[in-house]
Amino acid sequence: MKKEEIPQDRSNLETAKFKELCYAVDDEGQYVTAQSTGWDPKTIALDNAIKDIYERVEIARQKVIANQTSPIEYYMELHKMDLSILSSYVGMWKWRVKRHFKPSIFNKLKNRTLEKYAEVFEISVNELQQIKKR
Amino acid sequence: MAIDFTHKQTAHCENGVVSNLMTYNGFPISEPMVFGIGSGLIYCYIPLLKVNHAPAITYRVMPGQIFKKFAKRVGIKIKKEKFNNPIEAKARLDENLKNNNPVGLQVGVYNLTYFPDEYRFHFNAHNLVVYGKEDSSYLISDPIMEGVTSLTDKELEKVRFAKGAFAPKGHIYYPIDFPEELDLKNAIVKGINHTCKDMLAPIPILGVRGIKLVANFIRKWPKKHGVKKANHYLGQIVRMQEEIGTGGGGFRYIFAAFLQESSEILGNDKLKELSKEMTEIGDLWRDFALNASRIYKNRKAPQDSYESVAAQLDHIADREKVFFTKLKEAIK
Repeated sequence: MKKEEIPQDRSNLETAKFKELCYAVDDEGQYVTAQSTGWDPKTIALDNAIKDIYERVEIARQKVIANQTSPIEYYMELHKMDLSILSSYVGMWKWRVKRHFKPSIFNKLKNRTLEKYAEVFEISVNELQQIKKR
Repeated sequence: MAIDFTHKQTAHCENGVVSNLMTYNGFPISEPMVFGIGSGLIYCYIPLLKVNHAPAITYRVMPGQIFKKFAKRVGIKIKKEKFNNPIEAKARLDENLKNNNPVGLQVGVYNLTYFPDEYRFHFNAHNLVVYGKEDSSYLISDPIMEGVTSLTDKELEKVRFAKGAFAPKGHIYYPIDFPEELDLKNAIVKGINHTCKDMLAPIPILGVRGIKLVANFIRKWPKKHGVKKANHYLGQIVRMQEEIGTGGGGFRYIFAAFLQESSEILGNDKLKELSKEMTEIGDLWRDFALNASRIYKNRKAPQDSYESVAAQLDHIADREKVFFTKLKEAIK
């Protein structure tokens, strides 16, 4: 890549006034560094990944409404987590966390267990028991 | 209390922390040198692990390996510690700052408040330097940021004790013992040899063979998982290859810069030519990313478009096989 070919596309970095460093060669063939504001191929990939997360959150929300899962799964998706990440944050086995996705089990959880989840999601136990209104 | 520490932006965090800490300690060394000597370049498909619900592919070695190998090869010693208890972790950090010693920390990205929201996901192998403390704020030099920043007590504790894969456990590290002069020449040769060995390894998930393996995966994805998932996977590959930290082309440009700098130090013109060749290969990686993005941009890509990006990867694998074989010879 030549220095003048370093892409300067608009990207999500803009909001944070952030530029990343790239390596490229100058006219003499010497390696130099220069900043880039972003590159479309990865901005599109990132946008798609974010859309994907929104979709997962919305699906989880609908499942909570339909009483097919507990709010724990919803908040897990909202925090871009998966089962193994969430289980390591709350310090419980994966199968146990998965069990807490069942609304019937969730409704019988002890306050102490609920607090663990609430703390990880940085919300109150009260908030944990419902899902966010859109 | 701030230590007189010079922040310099780099492409990749681990290289940057090492380069900046070395410079602080009186041994100015560039990012590409750290990366090359520490044998940072690799290609590896990691089975079983999923990142953002997609297969994990890495273009650099495991976190911490670059510094470890770099230190061993140039003859410095590093002090490393992990903690179970956040209070102990904080005490050790404060103690170092009090002794005017800037330190490297491994942190999770999800709670790094100064990152753009879109970039905050559960990735635990980020690195930064703490170079001081003012009131209850820690002064932070994050190598991928243009300037310095800060984090509160609580914020820093959160990122140091992030959970999940590669949990940092308060990991703190800093160089403690230096030789009179760094033995760069030998270190470069060792670094290059190791990278050649990795890239040409007879292991299906690693190096050139790993690239071919992923090319074959891509061919199967649309049928096996459907277009939506296949495109998501492809997008994740491009992100791992090009997202902040690789300097472009999945670290290939940084590696080319390393070869260029090494050709001067070793007085070896062959490395200069090979640097040019690596730049071309880096361009091929960029082309691959561009074509892959055309697939996931419009969701209804024809089946043969997966075949064509897979073929591009195959071509890259062939080029890299020739390249690393030549590189091995060039430093004999």
